[in-house]
This record gives sequence, C-alpha cells and structure tokens, in this order.
Amino acid sequence: MTQWINFTKGLLRENPVLVLLLGMCPTLGVTSSAINGLGMGLATTFVLVMANIVVSLIKNLIPEKVRIPSFIVIIAAFVTVVELMMQAYLPALFNSLGIFIPLIVVNCIVLGRAEAFASKNKLGASAIDGLGMGLGFSFALLLLGSVREILGSGRLFDIQIYSENYVSLLFVLAPGAFLVLGYLIAIINQIKKN
Amino acid sequence: MNYLIIVLGAILVNNIVLMRFLGICPFLGVSKRISTAVGMAFAVAFVMVLATIVTYLIQTYILARFGLSFLQTIAFILVIASLVQLVEIIMKKVSPALYQALGIFLPLITTNCAILGVAILTVQTDFNLVEGVVFAVANAFGFGLALMLFAGIREHLDLMNIPKGLKGAPIALISAGILAMAFMGFSGLV
Repeated sequence: MTQWINFTKGLLRENPVLVLLLGMCPTLGVTSSAINGLGMGLATTFVLVMANIVVSLIKNLIPEKVRIPSFIVIIAAFVTVVELMMQAYLPALFNSLGIFIPLIVVNCIVLGRAEAFASKNKLGASAIDGLGMGLGFSFALLLLGSVREILGSGRLFDIQIYSENYVSLLFVLAPGAFLVLGYLIAIINQIKKN
Repeated sequence: MNYLIIVLGAILVNNIVLMRFLGICPFLGVSKRISTAVGMAFAVAFVMVLATIVTYLIQTYILARFGLSFLQTIAFILVIASLVQLVEIIMKKVSPALYQALGIFLPLITTNCAILGVAILTVQTDFNLVEGVVFAVANAFGFGLALMLFAGIREHLDLMNIPKGLKGAPIALISAGILAMAFMGFSGLV
C-alpha cells in the first residue's frame, strides 16, 4: 500500500480505539480532561513510533520463540524513557496521568502494531504505521477527553465555557467514560456505514 | 481491621475494572459467556497474586537497594510475561479444555493492565508484603466479580432487542457504564 494510505488508515478507517477497540484502559482512564487525553496520546505515539522503528530494524535478529518478550522489553525501554522525560519536564502531566504512563507498556496497540506490522515490514513503513496509529489514538483520546471535560466540568483546556452550575459531574467520573465511549463508537459506526 | 479496609476498598470502593479502568480489554473481550469469564478470572487471579509477590520482592530487595528504581517498568513486565508463560504451560498439562476455551486470551494476560497495575500500585502505596498479598487477592476477586456481573448482563443482552446502531461494543460499554454507576454507590464506604 502507498505510504499515504499506510499513514491515514490509523486515523479513521482502522482507528485503534474507535474501530479496532484496542487500548481501552488508558482511553477510559485518562480522558477526564482534554489535555490529559492529548498528553497520553502523544506519549503513546512516541513509544509506538520508536518501538516500531527498533522492531523493524532488528526483526531478523530475534529468534521466533522469544519474539513477544523481546518486543515487550523494547517497548518497556521506550516507556521508561518517556516516563523519566515526563517526570523531569512535564511534572503536572506526569502527576495527572499517574499509573497510566508505565501502563503504556501493556497497551495492546503498541504490542499489536509491533507484532502485526513492524515485525514484517521495512523501517519507513513501520515508522509511518506507528505514527498514523499513534495520531489516531491521540485523536480518539482528545475527542473523548474534550466531550467529557465539556459535559462534566464546563471547561475545555481549562477555559471555562459555561457555568459550573450546569455541569453533569458524572461525565468526569468513571461511568461517564464508559458511556461517552460507547456512544462515540456507535456514532463512528454509523458514519462508517454511510 | 486494616486488612478489611484494604479488601473492601479493592473489591467495592475502588473496583479495579469499574473505577480504576484496569483490565478493560479482557473485561470487554472475554465476558460474553459466564464460563469463559470464570476461567479468565481464575487465570488472572493466579498470575496477579504471584506477580505481586515476585515484583514486590524484586522492588524491595533489588531495585530499591541498588538505586535501580527506574528499571521498575522493565523488570515488572518481564516478571509478568514469564509468569504468564508458566501458567500457559501448566494449564496445557492440567486442563487442556480450559486452555482451548481461553485461546488467544491466555497470552493476552501479559498485556492485562490489571496485573501490571496492581503490581505498581502495591509498591506505590507502600504496603508491606502481607498487605500487598491481601491487596492482590482482593483486587483479583474484584476483577472476577466485575467480570462475572458483566458476563451475566451480556448473556441477557444477547436475548434482547438492541437498536442496530448500538449492537456489539456500544451497548456493552453503556452497560458497563451503568454497572460502574452502581458501584459508585460504594464510595465513602471506607
């Protein structure tokens, strides 16, 4: 496939969260505000791209039996890099994302793309695939986070849009995540049908 | 008393699936039938408790002692991956039927956020080893409980008239949301 299709498939047609239903844990866990969702999305994109690149480079050196554990080690290394960088340069975001940053390691999307794409494709294509999937993931998180933040706190990116007296607190709490994601997927499915 | 608070907290107040959002993938993927949900819950419980013990020991006696805490993520996930491999081998020998039923989900326990999540939470919350084990067992139970409840709901949903646009993932998520709302009633219990 052309590189353009390779890149854009992760954005909508094969969006990891909204279509493939992967990476649910961070999707539901960090989207109580738009900026958290976006931050997590970009951190995951970094890990995705770097892991895809490394896996694609050394794919012929890894014995078949230890394939998955090797991928996991590579991904874990980049997650540690992201963790430490965020702790140093973005401490506020680091504190809001909390436990979900190390959990990028077990994000099905990252391991899934390494296994399904990077281990079978060349360097350039793998990097672009990682970038597309990561940006699609970020887009989904940003969308979910924005909806939840607007409905649940009246704010968007910390700018008060309407008075806090009219908010539905439920949306920034646990059930709201499930509900908004459910309806979002239903809407996306309808759009795809048409 | 402390243990009771840990247990109630993990199962009801901060249910690992419905409040902490860990373990959603198997929650949505395996909960279509109660029988597979039970098998999955036991496998996860086994790995979760073992993993918490081993990772706690590694953190306390190796990582913290030698100032290697930055290796926590890598070390923990390697422990979990090996344990899952072990469980797979044991299950193939002891219960091939269950092994077949769980299929792809067994290796997927490695990527189960719940297990890594509980391991990290245990060292972050500064539990000692006994409290850590209690925490892990309680969380495993909470995971199983949420899975069982959800499987029951989904088996019912299968028999109902769902609007076409909501069939599949959307109605599952919405039901999970309502279940989470129910569990919110427990907040403030401990």
